[in-house]
Amino acid sequence: MSATILEEKACCTSAGPCSSEAPDWIASARAEAWRLYDSLPNPARTDEAWRFATLSGLLSPQECLHAGPALSKESGEELVRRSRGVERVAGRMVFGNDRLLARSGQELARLGVIWLPLLEAARQHPDLVQSHLLKTPAALGSAKFAALHLSQLKAGTFLYVPRGVEVDLPLETHHWLESGACFPHTLVVAEEGSRVTLMDYFQSVDRNGKGLACGVNDLVLAPGASVTHVSVQEWGRNVTGFHIGSAALSRGARSASLQVHLGGRRMRSESISRLCGEGARSDMLSVSVADGTQEYDQRTLQVHEARNTSSDLLYKNSLDDTARTVFAGLIRVEPGAHQTDAYQKVRNLLLSGEAEANSAPGLEIEADDVRCSHGATTGEVDAAELFYLLSRGIPRQEAYKLIVHGFLEEVLERLARPDLTARLSERVYAKFDAKAGSAR
Amino acid sequence: MRLAKTHHTMSSLSIRNLHVRIGEKEILKGLTLEIPKGEVHAIMGPNGSGKSTLSKVIAGHPDYTVTAGEVFLDGEDILGLEPDVRARKGIFLAFQYPIEIPGVTNANFLRAAVQARLPEGEELEATEFYARMYEKMDLLEMPRAFTGRAVNEGFSGGEKKRNEILQMAMLEPKYAVLDETDSGLDIDALKVVAHGVNSLRGPDLGILIITHYQRLLDYIVPDYVHVMMDGRIVQSGPKELALELEARGYDFIKEGLERAEAVAG
Repeated sequence: MSATILEEKACCTSAGPCSSEAPDWIASARAEAWRLYDSLPNPARTDEAWRFATLSGLLSPQECLHAGPALSKESGEELVRRSRGVERVAGRMVFGNDRLLARSGQELARLGVIWLPLLEAARQHPDLVQSHLLKTPAALGSAKFAALHLSQLKAGTFLYVPRGVEVDLPLETHHWLESGACFPHTLVVAEEGSRVTLMDYFQSVDRNGKGLACGVNDLVLAPGASVTHVSVQEWGRNVTGFHIGSAALSRGARSASLQVHLGGRRMRSESISRLCGEGARSDMLSVSVADGTQEYDQRTLQVHEARNTSSDLLYKNSLDDTARTVFAGLIRVEPGAHQTDAYQKVRNLLLSGEAEANSAPGLEIEADDVRCSHGATTGEVDAAELFYLLSRGIPRQEAYKLIVHGFLEEVLERLARPDLTARLSERVYAKFDAKAGSAR
Repeated sequence: MRLAKTHHTMSSLSIRNLHVRIGEKEILKGLTLEIPKGEVHAIMGPNGSGKSTLSKVIAGHPDYTVTAGEVFLDGEDILGLEPDVRARKGIFLAFQYPIEIPGVTNANFLRAAVQARLPEGEELEATEFYARMYEKMDLLEMPRAFTGRAVNEGFSGGEKKRNEILQMAMLEPKYAVLDETDSGLDIDALKVVAHGVNSLRGPDLGILIITHYQRLLDYIVPDYVHVMMDGRIVQSGPKELALELEARGYDFIKEGLERAEAVAG
């Protein structure tokens, strides 16, 4: 396996940590991370953390481990135009091949909100950024890829919301991959009683684009803070992606994170919720629409460290053609975390007899008086529902689209943000329309 | 071959000698029936006579196998067509047990069905669509909130049946089959549903009502009544036949048939 890594190095003329300008502490963190990346073994079939996953070609020798070249002015402007999120936002940043292309929302500074490209934040607020950057280790199998991420860190957003500040409109970041690799980072620090929503959109310039995307997003919530984070993954159909996320919640904090997976060739996603303070609540949501030969591999951990905390995970996958999904999740209730409510539900909808959904939910409980449940179900499109739609003259492909969307809708509605879900529904539908279009 | 079929009228739903199986069991055993456009026909029959099978076969349900016979829609054989194609050609089935579709709103469902009837590339005009839908909903005394609710999910029996008729009103079929539309309805709901159906009656629509009870036919008065037994139409007559069935039960027909068979034997 390590031979593969050597070949990777050979393809990149300057294999090593990212050398773009950054504060010293970032530069040395990158160098150390590169050494770590280099020393950690590749995932092996015998690793429980990679069970069910397709490992061959996970990182192929020709994969470039550095950000692609800067975009021309024209293509940068074009991408800014194509960066369409919700209608009204409090601020927006657009990155292409890990370079900042555009930003808005500077006026948030008046509220004390810091909304900056990550490296700029690291320069202006070194202590603040350093004290929160990558503080939750990637414990679900991708430590190597988290190290790779840090070694190449230069793009992404830092969002800091001071005590008691509520930002009503969502903020959004668009990351575009044109060639090579990208390493988007999102760090949200929400102080006591603050409230904010951030949407991350990940796209390739070309729908069939290739490359590597290795992103990390961390949410840090002080007591009573409320954070909603949505990531919409629409990488090109030949991209290998890693998405490593965490939320750390203090007393009475609430987080809701939703992942929407539509793109990519192979996507590994890891999410950890740490409920560290009494009364904290985390909602972990995901919808995936996998078709062709796509593989979505999701690993989750809900850790209840304090009493009277709750976490609720709902992941839904629709699978067509020969697509594969993997879900492995663990609820861990630490000793003393009494009155924990923890739920985990995974539902797979198979549209094809050749698709494959693997689920492995798990529980580890070391406290008393807890309510925990977990379950995974896999089913096909209900024949009665399908016939009902067909009997109204709705063509088969369209009927599938409605049924799948209806199946996924429960997750989107859990966000309780109609302003955002309309946009998300649109993206889900667009994937079906693109498929129908290419079939014609 | 084609020429031989031209005797079927060009404006009727015509069922000829239909034999249908589910698994190994034959349910329809040579059923013949013609519903001209503009007329309302009712089929009555005891449980297990094959009434619901007939309605599903007309709509193209995949569980049934047609072993013989034909179904012509305005002269075109539709038995080889997919259910969605039949529907777009003008067949509508009001389900006895309407299906719940979780997460799909009634409005989106109806939009998709109406959109499917537009020519390729033409987009539904939303304002017009909603205006028309609200008008039909008012007719069926359905509150506006129904548009945003998931299709049939959590609907009462009466709401589900009204929803079926709303779909029928929006889709403007040429031939509608109403399968036990009265089942599970109280008298008030029955009147509302019947009013909806009656408002759709006209020269461009043929209706086949399948029912177990005469009660519905007090409110939707048919032009003809057919009695179905053991997979066949065994007697047809004017609307008064329904009253006679109600008064005397199906046994008198059965006895009549047995006598006739004995004579023939």
